[in-house]
Amino acid sequence: MNKTHDNRAWLFVLPVVALVAFNAIIPLMTVVNYSVQETFGDNVFFWAGVMWFEQVLQSERFQDALLRQLTFTFTILLIEVPLGVAIALTMPKKGPWVPVCLVLMALPLLIPWNVVGAMWNIFALPDIGLLGRSLNALGFDYNFTRQPGDAWFTLILMDVWHWTSLVVLLAYAGLVSIPDAYYQAAKIDGAKPFAVFRYIQLPKMKRVLTIAVLLRFMDSFMIYTELSVLTGGGPGNSTTLLSIDLVKIALGQFDLGPAAAMSLIYFLIILLLSWVFYTLMMRNEQQ
Amino acid sequence: MSLELRGVGLRAGADTHIHPTDLVCEPGSFNILLGTTLAGKTTMMKLMAGLERPTAGTVWFGGRDVTGVSVRRRNVSMVYQQFINYPNMSVYENIASPLRVTKVDEAEIKRRVGTMAELLKLSPMLSRRPSELSGGQQQRTAMARALVKDADLVLLDEPLANLDFKLREELRDELPRLFADRDCIVVYATTEPVEALLFGGHTACLHEGRVTQFGPTAEVYRNPSDLVSAQVFSEPPINVAPVVKAGETFRFGQDTAFPASGPFAALADGAYTLGIRPHHVAPTPSGDNPVPVDGHVLVTELSGSESVIHFTVQGETWVSQSHGIHPFEVGTDQRLYADMSKALVFDGDGRRIEI
Amino acid sequence: MAKIVLDTLRHAYMPNPTEDSDWALKQLDLEWEDGGAYALLGPSGCGKTTLLSIISGLLRPTHGRVFFDGQDVTDLTPEQRHIAQVFQFPVVYDTMTVYDNLAFPLRNRGVDEKHVDQRVREIAEMIDLTHMLDNRAAGLTADGKQKISLGRGLVRSDVNAIMFDEPLTVIDPHLKWQLRSKLKELHQRVRTTMIYVTHDQTEALTFADKVVVMNQGEVVQIGTPVDLFERPQHTFVGHFIGSPGMNVLPCEIAGGRAHVAGVALDAGGSGDLGVTSGKLEVGVRPEFVRFAEAGDTGGLPARVVKVSDAGRFRIVEAQAADTSIKLLVPEGGNIPQEQAHLLFDPDHTAVYRDGWIVA
Repeated sequence: MNKTHDNRAWLFVLPVVALVAFNAIIPLMTVVNYSVQETFGDNVFFWAGVMWFEQVLQSERFQDALLRQLTFTFTILLIEVPLGVAIALTMPKKGPWVPVCLVLMALPLLIPWNVVGAMWNIFALPDIGLLGRSLNALGFDYNFTRQPGDAWFTLILMDVWHWTSLVVLLAYAGLVSIPDAYYQAAKIDGAKPFAVFRYIQLPKMKRVLTIAVLLRFMDSFMIYTELSVLTGGGPGNSTTLLSIDLVKIALGQFDLGPAAAMSLIYFLIILLLSWVFYTLMMRNEQQ
Repeated sequence: MSLELRGVGLRAGADTHIHPTDLVCEPGSFNILLGTTLAGKTTMMKLMAGLERPTAGTVWFGGRDVTGVSVRRRNVSMVYQQFINYPNMSVYENIASPLRVTKVDEAEIKRRVGTMAELLKLSPMLSRRPSELSGGQQQRTAMARALVKDADLVLLDEPLANLDFKLREELRDELPRLFADRDCIVVYATTEPVEALLFGGHTACLHEGRVTQFGPTAEVYRNPSDLVSAQVFSEPPINVAPVVKAGETFRFGQDTAFPASGPFAALADGAYTLGIRPHHVAPTPSGDNPVPVDGHVLVTELSGSESVIHFTVQGETWVSQSHGIHPFEVGTDQRLYADMSKALVFDGDGRRIEI
Repeated sequence: MAKIVLDTLRHAYMPNPTEDSDWALKQLDLEWEDGGAYALLGPSGCGKTTLLSIISGLLRPTHGRVFFDGQDVTDLTPEQRHIAQVFQFPVVYDTMTVYDNLAFPLRNRGVDEKHVDQRVREIAEMIDLTHMLDNRAAGLTADGKQKISLGRGLVRSDVNAIMFDEPLTVIDPHLKWQLRSKLKELHQRVRTTMIYVTHDQTEALTFADKVVVMNQGEVVQIGTPVDLFERPQHTFVGHFIGSPGMNVLPCEIAGGRAHVAGVALDAGGSGDLGVTSGKLEVGVRPEFVRFAEAGDTGGLPARVVKVSDAGRFRIVEAQAADTSIKLLVPEGGNIPQEQAHLLFDPDHTAVYRDGWIVA
């Protein structure tokens, strides 16, 4: 409530400010710098204004990548959040199985991202992978390296496998913090299981779920490693999400200007959507 | 060493948390901050300890201005409402912890922890962890830790509030004994008037960040300087009667009147507020000047030996606390008697008028 | 509403209780009338919360049966028993309004909206929440939330009993008496069986028609507040109830009279005290001890050691030989300086053997 005011406290913040400046602001400024100039190499730059931004925003390629990105993000959110909550609800609240469940849940999160990509790539190969072979044996014509639909299916399956645990752990933390008295009161009030979920568990999980959705939203926008190992954006451009496209332009074609402009747009989209989302959730909270 | 607040106040933006306060606590004194929750007791303690820096005024300790001196450089200890101990240390180590910081030698630590444990009846539990103790024992450990370092200022912030009723009574008995032969200043915050009375010492009534009265406890209780202090220092709440004096009579509401005789005769005609404590209102006439009041019973609370009757009289809610069992039916109209010889008189601004 | 009968109830939290101390609740038989106000009173860990959970159906007893109106409900859930409960920490449905909170138990039972509305408004009126019906429940103060919890029990017409588990713990001290009297008032209005668990004697005595005093998993005495005050069956009751508690003084019996510190006393109605074995004590409440005045004869010689002013009365601590005795002196009463004689009211002085009263 009452804080002691002492300006010397700012000294403690200085190292962080320096660190952030060094690893975030300076690189970001470089990108901003590139995004408004044209270069032909040899460190010769020309002022380009907002040209690159216009070009990027108008290009069909960018629009397609953005659409794919949004599709991907909302699909995985729609699957991972309800699934994560559902799993958290079925986990034991106390007893010897709690640590076992928690470790099992945490496992996918501990695997390096490139390994996840490689694992799923091999797992899904139609000729030798367990998943690919089994699906084909069951009569499905499955080949994620050739058919866009299959590539999407595999990509989403991989992301769900990899990241649902995060939602589970957060939701679980929210659930175990609910005192027993709430459940007893609900029992006494004759509440059906769904009412318990709707009026006790969900409201108490809201805070952590907001964080879960926000994290998953931002992370899914930034997905790169697993995706590039699994499909590399193919077949064709069918799984080329924003990040893959960006790298293709920046490194593949060495179009620094458009790539920088695209990076900034990319960054601003994430920032904007996160902010909108967070504000909505918090406003809801205050009512 | 004495503790002195000179015009100490605390504001944060437009909010005033503590109004400028002057207060002197003598060496070796037991001082009570009495007030409801959020009256500013804890903030006041923080100002005294130096955990909070006042936005106005100065804090003096032993004749030295210590305003802004860090709490670490003052010899202060504090006990909180929650039982705060180091969970992974034994009771012995918990009590010894303040001494370890000041590098007292091992034999001396052993001696002082031993004495303290003996005093607080903790000797059999010295090797246990706080989690294995009962609430009362945990709070005793916290108190031992606060006392062992011979602090100049000991602050106790509602230390008994989280304890069982009987344990509270027991510790309430023990506490003054602990401080009897020490020359430290004790400041004790409580919400309960009875607790303040039983400790004695000096009491400061706190209301909305303002010290309304400070003095010897019994004196503050019997001679409140204003209505607010009387209200803070009464549980159940003091009964209030807005009256108008005209000649020989007090008029109370529409249809209650009683003679303004005896000491009241000297009062000039006009509006006053009378304060009558609940135990001076009874179902039967008692005291030197019992005046009948007709009330409408809201609730009757009977304990094994007492009756507490809540009723309305002339639009005011009153409480009577009397010996014996008086099972008044809720909703009935009853006659009770207020002993006006014990009434406190306040003027229109709530200031006490001595009669 | 129902008459509650507890038959040879025992409970242990461990699987194979062998020793006496393994039982959280030792042998217990009780009969509670329909519509009464009861309190379970005892220190922490005395088993009162265990007993409450068994009655409400949140816990199944290791041994014994629970009957509501003659029906065996031991294996029924709280919902099937039609029990309502108010917990120590307020439980409200945060996202709902006060109105919806009160309506919740009825809606869950499929009551039609018209009846729900009527019932909710009626109860809201009783608990003084009418003006807050449209507020979000999360925004209320602790006492408001406790009223909602209580209201959720009151709206139901099928409730057999309402249980209270230390409901005033988180209420501001100066608001406690208001909520306490509200509870009492509501009980007098609705006459539902209410069971109130607490460690606070004031709450128990003022709320209940009958108080069950518990200690270490056992019922020590069941009685009206007056019984408990005037005739404690056990020294524990004497000590636990009353503030300060009863004086318990070691005594000897000689010639049919109790002797404290060598002085003979008249102890309640027992002309012939034949007891000589066991630990013998005299119990007398501070309220029933007074200083001898001019004209009194005899009395226990004592020395005044300490006087504490409690406002309405003063608590005097006196020392007689090596026993300490407390007595209450009303405001304005006279307290002798040093030496004094103490007189015990014979009607309220009793002899106890091994803690239990000698009839």
